Amino acid sequence: MTKINSLADLQEKAEKLQAAKTKTMNEKVIVRVSLATCSIASGGKELMAAMKEECAAQGIANVVFKQVGCQTYCYAEPTVEITLPGREPVTFGYVKGDKAKELVQKYIKSGELVEGVISTNYERVVF
Amino acid sequence: MATQLRIATRNSGFIDPESVESYIAVGGYQALGKCLSKMKPADVIELMKNSGLRGRGGAGFPTGVKWGFAAKYESDIKHVVCNADEGDPGAFMDRAVLEGDPHSVLEAMAIGAYAIGGNKGTIYIRAEYPLAIARLKMAIEQAKEMGVLGDNIMGTDFCFDLELKYGAGAFVCGEETALINSMEGNRGEPYTKPPFPAEAGYWNKPTIVNNVETLANIPAIIMKGADWFNKIGTETSKGTKVFCICGKIANVGLIEVPMGTTLKEVIYDIGGGIPGGKEFKAVQTGGPSGGALTYKDLDAPIDYENLVARQSMMGSGGMIVMDEEDCMVSVAKFFLDFTMDETCGKCTPCRIGSKRIYELLDKITIGQGTEEDLEKLRSLSVNIKDTALCGLGQTMPNPVLSTMRVFEDEYRAHVIDKKCPAGVCAELLEYTVVDQKCVGCTLCAKVCPVNCISGKPKEVHVIDQAACIKCGACLDKCKFDAIIKQ
Ligand SMILES: Cc1cc2nc3c(=O)[nH]c(=O)nc-3n(C[C@H](O)[C@H](O)[C@H](O)COP(=O)(O)O)c2cc1C
Ligand code: SF4
Ligand code: SF4
Ligand code: SF4
Ligand code: FES
Repeated sequence: MTKINSLADLQEKAEKLQAAKTKTMNEKVIVRVSLATCSIASGGKELMAAMKEECAAQGIANVVFKQVGCQTYCYAEPTVEITLPGREPVTFGYVKGDKAKELVQKYIKSGELVEGVISTNYERVVF
Repeated sequence: MATQLRIATRNSGFIDPESVESYIAVGGYQALGKCLSKMKPADVIELMKNSGLRGRGGAGFPTGVKWGFAAKYESDIKHVVCNADEGDPGAFMDRAVLEGDPHSVLEAMAIGAYAIGGNKGTIYIRAEYPLAIARLKMAIEQAKEMGVLGDNIMGTDFCFDLELKYGAGAFVCGEETALINSMEGNRGEPYTKPPFPAEAGYWNKPTIVNNVETLANIPAIIMKGADWFNKIGTETSKGTKVFCICGKIANVGLIEVPMGTTLKEVIYDIGGGIPGGKEFKAVQTGGPSGGALTYKDLDAPIDYENLVARQSMMGSGGMIVMDEEDCMVSVAKFFLDFTMDETCGKCTPCRIGSKRIYELLDKITIGQGTEEDLEKLRSLSVNIKDTALCGLGQTMPNPVLSTMRVFEDEYRAHVIDKKCPAGVCAELLEYTVVDQKCVGCTLCAKVCPVNCISGKPKEVHVIDQAACIKCGACLDKCKFDAIIKQ
């Protein structure tokens, strides 16, 4: 890791990282799996493994998996947010059992929605 | 439809908490950079004061003012402490922030240290939060490697060192003086203030103690400005509050709403209402230190003052929703059971008082309470509030006083009619057969463990009340809804 030696350094680094992120968002499917204590307890890790496996089985390579913290939906854990290139993110809840595979086969492969979409109603401060 | 506004939880669920780059990509550490390169410590404090941010750990003390106190004292060493003890039953928002966005807390601590002229930080976290601990450790290491924490941060001469201390998970250790005692390796017992920690805290050095959620707000405030923050919320309470809604609510989980959002919006719009078509009965805010709010309070905008005016409090943000099937005496007993376990025992009103209150509540729930006991409960509660040493004991009777005030009928039903209207207190229930519905299938008699149900096949069955042990087996078994409990 190169050290950051000034605010300008930091801003430059942030811009680079942001640009890389935008590039990834345009080209790849981003899958964010909630992996906080409660999400892990309800099967978040299994969900991530199952989705990865199914992607490999289907030969889908343009998927980036990310672990994130609490997605705030305890009642619907395990949860996962999927962003298809150029589309708004969609969060799915109750992703247990075969649901993980189904998400890959339907939503990731062809953008076909499956049950369990959680509607979000928040604004988020960004800077 | 009420909308949530996420400031403290802005990054949880969006960035990889185990990657400092992920945090930097969303503007992380720029608030710290801005403070170090463009603001004097006094400017930072002024900005915090103007923002109106108040502590989210329970007491609601203005953060900028607290920092201002610590800045005033001369000392070679000053400490910033992050209170990550989070002991309220039903509250886990601090854990969520630490697990989902640890760097925001580290960044805020560094900002606080810079503002008060300090250079040492400690995160006091309960050992029951292993994932949060692991992610914090990772974050500290990565931030140091990156040069945004540690020595000569971002090329300036500001240095900030940070360590973790583990608590054994005692509720009282969240109280700031007990926390300081515990950090020094002593028993986690509170002591009387003054001196306040801002003057002489950890190892007798000026110390600021801030809650996790309070800290998580800070980088956003620095970046977006005091005016921006000031415009969110109510007259007395600025910004947002994170709540953990649990209990009888459809959408259990974490929410963050602007101060001033009503309870109705929180429970119905965001929380999805009460499941199973049941009736809303009450919501406990402020955990064991708070009180029950009812349908009369549903339209009240939530902020510090409004909740206090309604004789509850904000607390750390646990919200326990109750429906018609919850017995308020049992709810009070649940909280007293908790405090009875968690009292540190240093002072008599709290140590003995919690036990006596618990015993009285227990007596009422098993049908042995008297009207005199209700009076005893009330006067004991008031006395404890007046005489206990720390916040734990001073607020411990609140659930009792609050439920007694709002649900007096329910208490009276327990002691006078020996009935539990909600059908919870087992000893006060009666299982009876409804003659018109019973077809005499004999199933209930077969499952009754004490053989207290009699009746011939095809004839109405009868329960011998004196022998019944109220196990409920018959009720579960009857296919004809012929057995009722009340
Ligand atoms: C019994 C008791 C328990 C407390 N537990 C916590 C806690 O778990 N976390 C917390 O931040 N504050 C807790 N507090 C409040 C702290 O004493 C202190 O006010 C707070 O950490 C200050 O930070 P803030 O100004 O950012 O809220 C507790 C207070 C009492 C009386
Ligand atoms: S009020 Fe209770 S917790 Fe506080 S010092 Fe006294 S005994 Fe300990
Ligand atoms: S199980 Fe129900 S219907 Fe059957 S005998 Fe008992 S009360 Fe009557
Ligand atoms: S509640 Fe239990 S003990 Fe009482 S009648 Fe029913 S089965 Fe028998
Ligand atoms: S802690 Fe359960 S979803 Fe966040």
